Amino acid sequence: MSSEDAQQDGTGGAAEGRTVRVVLVDDHRMFRTGVQAEIGETGRTGVEVVGEAADVDQALTVITATRPEVVLLDVHLPGGGGVEVLRRSAAMMTDAERPVRFLALSVSDAAEDVIGVIRGGARGYVTKTITGTDLVDAIFRVADGDAVFSPRLAGFVLDAFASSDAPPIDEDLDRLTQREREVLRLIARGYAYKEIAKQLFISVKTVESHVSAVLRKLQLSNRHELTRWAAARRLV
Amino acid sequence: MTSAPPRAETGYAPAPDPDDPPVRKLYRSADGRLLGGVARGLAGHLGLPVSWVRIVFVALFMADGMGALLYAAFWFFVPLGVGGVEHRQPAPADGRRRLLRHRPDKGQVFALIALLIGSSIVASRFQLGQADGYLWPVLLIGAGVALVWRQADNSRRAQWLELGRRKGLLPMVRGAAGVLLVGVGVTGIVVLQGSVRHLGSVLQAALAVVVGIALLAGPYLVRMAQDLSEERLMRIRAQERAEVAAHVHDSVLHTLTLIQRNADDPREVARLARAQERELRAWLYKPEGRGKEEDEEPATLAEAVRKSAAEVEDHHGVPIEVVVVGDCPLDEPLGAQMQAAREAMVNAAKYGGEGGAVQVFAEVEGRTVFVSVRDRGPGFDLDAVPGDRMGVRESIIGRMERHGGTARLRSAPEGGTVVELEIERAAAEREI
Repeated sequence: MSSEDAQQDGTGGAAEGRTVRVVLVDDHRMFRTGVQAEIGETGRTGVEVVGEAADVDQALTVITATRPEVVLLDVHLPGGGGVEVLRRSAAMMTDAERPVRFLALSVSDAAEDVIGVIRGGARGYVTKTITGTDLVDAIFRVADGDAVFSPRLAGFVLDAFASSDAPPIDEDLDRLTQREREVLRLIARGYAYKEIAKQLFISVKTVESHVSAVLRKLQLSNRHELTRWAAARRLV
Repeated sequence: MTSAPPRAETGYAPAPDPDDPPVRKLYRSADGRLLGGVARGLAGHLGLPVSWVRIVFVALFMADGMGALLYAAFWFFVPLGVGGVEHRQPAPADGRRRLLRHRPDKGQVFALIALLIGSSIVASRFQLGQADGYLWPVLLIGAGVALVWRQADNSRRAQWLELGRRKGLLPMVRGAAGVLLVGVGVTGIVVLQGSVRHLGSVLQAALAVVVGIALLAGPYLVRMAQDLSEERLMRIRAQERAEVAAHVHDSVLHTLTLIQRNADDPREVARLARAQERELRAWLYKPEGRGKEEDEEPATLAEAVRKSAAEVEDHHGVPIEVVVVGDCPLDEPLGAQMQAAREAMVNAAKYGGEGGAVQVFAEVEGRTVFVSVRDRGPGFDLDAVPGDRMGVRESIIGRMERHGGTARLRSAPEGGTVVELEIERAAAEREI
């Protein structure tokens, strides 16, 4: 599927006639160039790359200076990694006027990397094998305040919450509702948001809000949950 | 070091090996030594039994302490060799030797004490008149130096053999004892020179000198120590880099070469790239796996799904994305489910692979195990398939039903086919 198809599908942002300002953070210049070539053609995709950075300090400088709507963030970066960028730009993320949103874009799909940046505040996680079309789509979703889950990330989240079924959890916040679980399961099975909406007879907006709720719960889940999740994977 | 000390270990003198490398350097033996390893090292070098050498030393010691001087000189100038290391493997009586290696620690203490007592006896036999008074301080100094040197040897040996790592207390106590002995000895000499009255001022002056030297040499020494540790760090890093480089060379570069050669065949290129990606990923993110493919049969569901997906992916050159939630051991019904899933993956790769990656999702939830295989191909209509084509009916649906599970096939509204396989775990039923 080429990006032209996406335009016809109406998933691209240019169709709505607006542009999203994006900063690329990745320590591989080749990769930045590739992404730039893939999505940077503003007239076609609606994405405007306003800055690039190769390490944590540079990223913070560029993000502060340009105030983009979305930052495409690599997980492994010199100077502390993507998590460090997230930690040090927490204020900009919660800015009510012009929030900066982070979309993790990494070649790694190791569970600890994925969950690490999501807990750090990233609004989504996609792997570098993603197509240009899907990436543009993901950028627009994140810019609109929604969460973007790759199937693999959905799998990790389901896995993380799966064990919480057996013993009762004291906080409702930590529990995924049946519906959220269903949505995640369909994401994990490779369905697009639109397909999920059709399958469950709900609107795409509802799917997005379910996914956002999952993300919120993931960031806020208590220490107990996190410890168990980590222990189950022998991360601690 | 390659030749002598190991043979000395055995305690007898074998004929010199004609294959020995020509360079026979003298090393002190790090293995099975009593004091400094001098006697053992010499014995190995000369091809004599170690006891002979020791007797000669003792005899020389009786003659005006010549032996002690000689021994000390050897100890000082001859470097410690790794006598025991290469000798360890061929020895059949490995356990015995290991026992021996640990024992000398006590033996060494006894040897030191015996040396002290012996030398004091010898010293008291010689009436040296004027010099007599200096003997005890000198002996003390000697003992202190011996202790400290011994300690240095130990730490060096520990570096080679990586066996050291003692709790830091013993070496420190030994070092302190050595320093104390030397200090007492030196003070003794000063006192004997009749300057008891000036002891205070002498000590003060000595202290001042020591402090001065420390001030002058301190920064230099610290810098040197820092440089040393930095250099060691760099070396470790270089080793790691070399390992990574070796792996990248062995796998990635070869794959890239293959890809260049097959540049005209996109399917083959994709297959090679996917296989390499998977392998590299396993190497990078699985600490124990190290990227080695294990040919054993998978024992759990997650492994089985991943293995099937990898095989189908390699075989058909269609990327398969696998997401597994939860895991459980593989039992008989699950085995059947895995075979059905594999068949579904093959179908998806064959007929639906043009539309993009095939997505496989497996979930263990309580007793139920669910697997879905989804492609984005042209879709599938079971009723349109001729009745004599048994692939789907038998391999997937029939197999699942025979084992008490269900299989659903349908065309997704957006295009593509979804195969859903659901089955109950047998093991869980037994648990209940």
